[in-house]
Amino acid sequence: MITVVQPGLYTTVQDRGRFGFYGVGFPPSGSMDQYSSAVANILVGNNPDAAVLETTFLGPTLEFEQDANVALTGASVDITLDGISIPLWTSVSVKKGQVLAFGGAIAGVRNYLAITGGINVKPMMGSRSTYVASHLGGYEGRVLKPGDRLEILQDSEPKEVRVGCEIPEDLRVTPRAHQEIRIVSGLCHYLLDPQSQELLISKPFTISTEANRTGYRLKGDQLSFVERRQPFGAGSDPSNVVNLGYPVGSLQAPSGLELICLMRDAVTGGGYATLATVISVDLDILSQMKFPETVSFESVSLETALQLRSERAQRLRNIAELVNSIA
Amino acid sequence: MSDSQEILAPFPGIFYRRTDPGSDPLVELGQEIAVGDVIALVEVMKMFHEVQSTIAGTVLEFCVEDGDAIAMGQALAKIATKL
Repeated sequence: MITVVQPGLYTTVQDRGRFGFYGVGFPPSGSMDQYSSAVANILVGNNPDAAVLETTFLGPTLEFEQDANVALTGASVDITLDGISIPLWTSVSVKKGQVLAFGGAIAGVRNYLAITGGINVKPMMGSRSTYVASHLGGYEGRVLKPGDRLEILQDSEPKEVRVGCEIPEDLRVTPRAHQEIRIVSGLCHYLLDPQSQELLISKPFTISTEANRTGYRLKGDQLSFVERRQPFGAGSDPSNVVNLGYPVGSLQAPSGLELICLMRDAVTGGGYATLATVISVDLDILSQMKFPETVSFESVSLETALQLRSERAQRLRNIAELVNSIA
Repeated sequence: MSDSQEILAPFPGIFYRRTDPGSDPLVELGQEIAVGDVIALVEVMKMFHEVQSTIAGTVLEFCVEDGDAIAMGQALAKIATKL
């Protein structure tokens, strides 16, 4: 058991995600930065489906009631064990009675804490991920509170990982204040006028203070839509279309005023034109960004997006091999 | 003899000095505050979070306006500390 002394700002249990229910309105949820989350699990010998804690800006203070190996990845942050700093991207041994405490994130937004065996909450619809909007999954369907007690799964058989095993610098996440974010064209991209199509991939956009697991609002130049008679069933604004499904990573621009990028707790459908979709590997990067950092969008093909996704999977396999080889 | 220190934003968001628009500021200029006193609210991810003072002393100035968007680590207030 692990007792939550202080919960931090917005700490949830997440795994890879809840798949297969998008069509009935359930987004996948799961770790926002899938790469960092997966690396944390590898570092403690967990299988890739194990549940971790995801923090936001300020993580929790946790008291361990049992020995455990842990690993922390993601944002740059000071984390202490009984007051002594511990390294990120490294497997660390925690003894019964020790207190793990997060400072505020220095760069980036989210940290992932993996614990050998994984966090044991009841799987809901095949996943332990928390979807706060529907009070589903995770720890009672909500963010952690003081006094919560997290159980560690004991029946799984984690691989042995040597304590002190460290991920090389070039395989860690490096948060930056400006990032190139790659997009593929959206179903309704043609509704943007040509100047706005160009603007979307040439001008920077700033992450606003309204950015959470559901969506990120980004501010930039006004986008305009081609003039047309709104079809039957669509709203009256030029950014409206007849309701359609929204992919995770979908970019919309209500009235052209600002962009909304849907994240892993996405709204699954609605009536705004889907202009483009942030590719899955770059959702990891966007998840570590915050106000007033900026992005530039770069348009890539679907083939490139899929190639980059399989490269990420290969990178994770390489990390798993590396970690296992020094066990 | 006094020195001044800054209270820094713990996370990005919208800075508010009042708990609601009609009420008095949580702390006034010149007010004595202790470590842990709530000096402001920051709205982040559609939630309001209290900003607690990390410093004991007298409020010298607020570095941001009520309702401003603030970046993480940005100075929010200057506090005069007694040496």
